[in-house]
Amino acid sequence: MADIELRRLVKEYPGGVRAVDGLDLTIADGEFFALLGPSGCGKTTLLRSIAGLETVTGGHILIGGRDVTGLAPGARDIAMVFQDYALFPHMTVRDNIAYPLRIRKMGRPERHAKAEETAEGLSLGGLLDRRPGQLSGGQQQRAALARAVACHPKVFLFDEPLSNLDARLRLEARTFLKRLQRDLGVTTVFVTHDQAEALAMSDRMAVMDAGRIRQIGTPTEVFQRPASTFVASFIGSTPMNLLDAVADRDTLRVAGTTLPLPAAAGPHVRDGEKLVFAARPEYMTLHREAEPTGIEGVVAIVENMGVGSLVSLEVPGGADGARIVQVTVPEGQEPEIGSRGWAVAAPERVLLYRHDDGELVGSERAGAGEPVLAGAGD
Amino acid sequence: MALTTSPPADLAPAREAATDAAGLGRVRASAFVVPALVLIAIFLVYPALWTLYLGLTNYRLTGIAAARPQFVGLDNYVRALRDPEFLNSLWLTLLYVIGSAVIGQSILGFVLAATLRTVPRVVRGVVEAFVMLAWILPSSVVAFLWIALLDRDSGTVNALLGTPGMAWLLEYPMLSIIVFNTWRGTAFSMLLFSAALNAVPPSQLETARMVGASGWQQLRDVVFPHIRGHVLTNLLLISLWTFNDFAPYLITAGGPDNRSEILPVFVYESAIFDGQLGFGTAISLLMLLINLVLAVVYLRLLRERRS
Ligand SMILES: Nc1ncnc2c1ncn2[C@@H]1O[C@H](COP(=O)(O)OP(=O)(O)OP(=O)(O)O)[C@@H](O)[C@H]1O
Ligand SMILES: [Mg+2]
Repeated sequence: MADIELRRLVKEYPGGVRAVDGLDLTIADGEFFALLGPSGCGKTTLLRSIAGLETVTGGHILIGGRDVTGLAPGARDIAMVFQDYALFPHMTVRDNIAYPLRIRKMGRPERHAKAEETAEGLSLGGLLDRRPGQLSGGQQQRAALARAVACHPKVFLFDEPLSNLDARLRLEARTFLKRLQRDLGVTTVFVTHDQAEALAMSDRMAVMDAGRIRQIGTPTEVFQRPASTFVASFIGSTPMNLLDAVADRDTLRVAGTTLPLPAAAGPHVRDGEKLVFAARPEYMTLHREAEPTGIEGVVAIVENMGVGSLVSLEVPGGADGARIVQVTVPEGQEPEIGSRGWAVAAPERVLLYRHDDGELVGSERAGAGEPVLAGAGD
Repeated sequence: MALTTSPPADLAPAREAATDAAGLGRVRASAFVVPALVLIAIFLVYPALWTLYLGLTNYRLTGIAAARPQFVGLDNYVRALRDPEFLNSLWLTLLYVIGSAVIGQSILGFVLAATLRTVPRVVRGVVEAFVMLAWILPSSVVAFLWIALLDRDSGTVNALLGTPGMAWLLEYPMLSIIVFNTWRGTAFSMLLFSAALNAVPPSQLETARMVGASGWQQLRDVVFPHIRGHVLTNLLLISLWTFNDFAPYLITAGGPDNRSEILPVFVYESAIFDGQLGFGTAISLLMLLINLVLAVVYLRLLRERRS
């Protein structure tokens, strides 16, 4: 078992794309770590760099304290599961699972016994003599996992291993993968662009954008206190409400309403400073009657989400036209379309961001406190 | 859509003649096909049957047997199989096919295709252009180039290797024509293998790399199983082409002392130089049989893979 440490890692592709841009990251031993971010932010590149499939152009990679930056992929003691599973189509499932052991020169009976044992653990018992083409998507995925497990690596790397499964199977595989990782206790890095997956499975997660990490934390931290408007808009099954606001002494003017300024934010904002008011739809309630702290609007859309509904209020805006505020309402309380409503945010759930750099109010400003890392990039 | 397509034939056809898609009727349809059939008969079937017949006679280019050939049964075949020159020629052909097609063209072609994937685009373009050039030049031109290259007194090869006065075509006639044919034909294998290699999923190669497989192990366990069909197709085509290749005649004319007299050259020498058309024809038919056997073996191997 081993921890992973990345020090100022840079991967610049020929042609000048900096897919990983001076990244520092430590992943603890046995941790299930999710890398989340929009398409093209460098998740795959980062994972492949850890694997050794890409040669990094700067920085260091340490696994279990050993610098592996210059080592070949095969010498790093890492197993990777690809999005397409990469099972060898001409080998049986048994031979596929035993393949890493065969490369390590383990004898045939021994490695077959090992493969069978692993397959049993992943409920692939009856499928050992089939070829990958004769398996369902979920079985293929488990066969690929079994191959990774069979060689007892120090680190697992998964690049969107669930994205080829249908929605229902994906939920099953999620639970399965999580339990497997907990049982084995192997340090795992998991790439996904599905934030629900990251929230559900990881011990800690990182949100990436443009080759850098924008926030690291437990899923709860990231969900409840996104560090920036970027993360806030990215995380959550329904996007967070982000509304322009202005500080006015100890009040906050937002969407035609005046709210008390949260006490914690008080010392960090200047009078008249432009801010962004943020509240999750799940942390807001819809009222039919006027509320002093409610944002008033007209119900435009009601979307059924199963347990409840997502209501979009059209709020007549200032200069930039109408804005939309979304609120979830419990089952049976859906309002009429076109009716008036007041959205009230739970005060302890409201977050304030600076309008200029999009960071949380009260956080260190980049360039002010600690030096900006890898500033050479821009 | 479904309404405008013609109804299935068993649903009471409107006209008796309209069983074909174009609605021409049998007579008119035949009229369209007849010219093609006549041409095929004249230029393909008749010569084939004629060859079959000639192989059973003592037909000669000149003399009495040219005017009045006699039926000799299987004599030509018996003679050929007992003729040390024929057997020698068969052996040389085998060497030629294995040396220049199986080993030369396909291995060199594979190595080129695999290597060119990793080099910069410009280098790849230049190398591919040269290899292709060797392929598209007419054999006569290429043969002349090689004669010039291998010339005893002012040849480029002797100048490069520092072996003045070396008569390559006399000392190593087989090696010379093997190298010549490899040089000339590698492009085909290279192109076929580059296409095949593109079809190998990168993630499978990377999985092999991740578990520490060496270059050779990746080739054996990942690349080769994927391109096996391509390899067989390639081998089939180039062995047939090489087996029937006459171009070496342009370089060594089968000599010296028949030391590079491969079968196509042997047929030519027997039939045209010695005038024994009947004997030459019999050998052509033997070659045809060998071609068939080769093709059947390869196709068997291919089918085995599919099932
Ligand atoms: N081989 C390459 N050569 C040049 N640029 C590349 C290469 N591979 C990726 N990139 C670029 O690097 C950036 C990061 O790509 P990467 O594949 O790591 O993104 P990703 O976060 O995995 O995206 P996705 O969620 O779509 O898989 C992108 O801008 C991409 O265009
Ligand atoms: Mg990716």
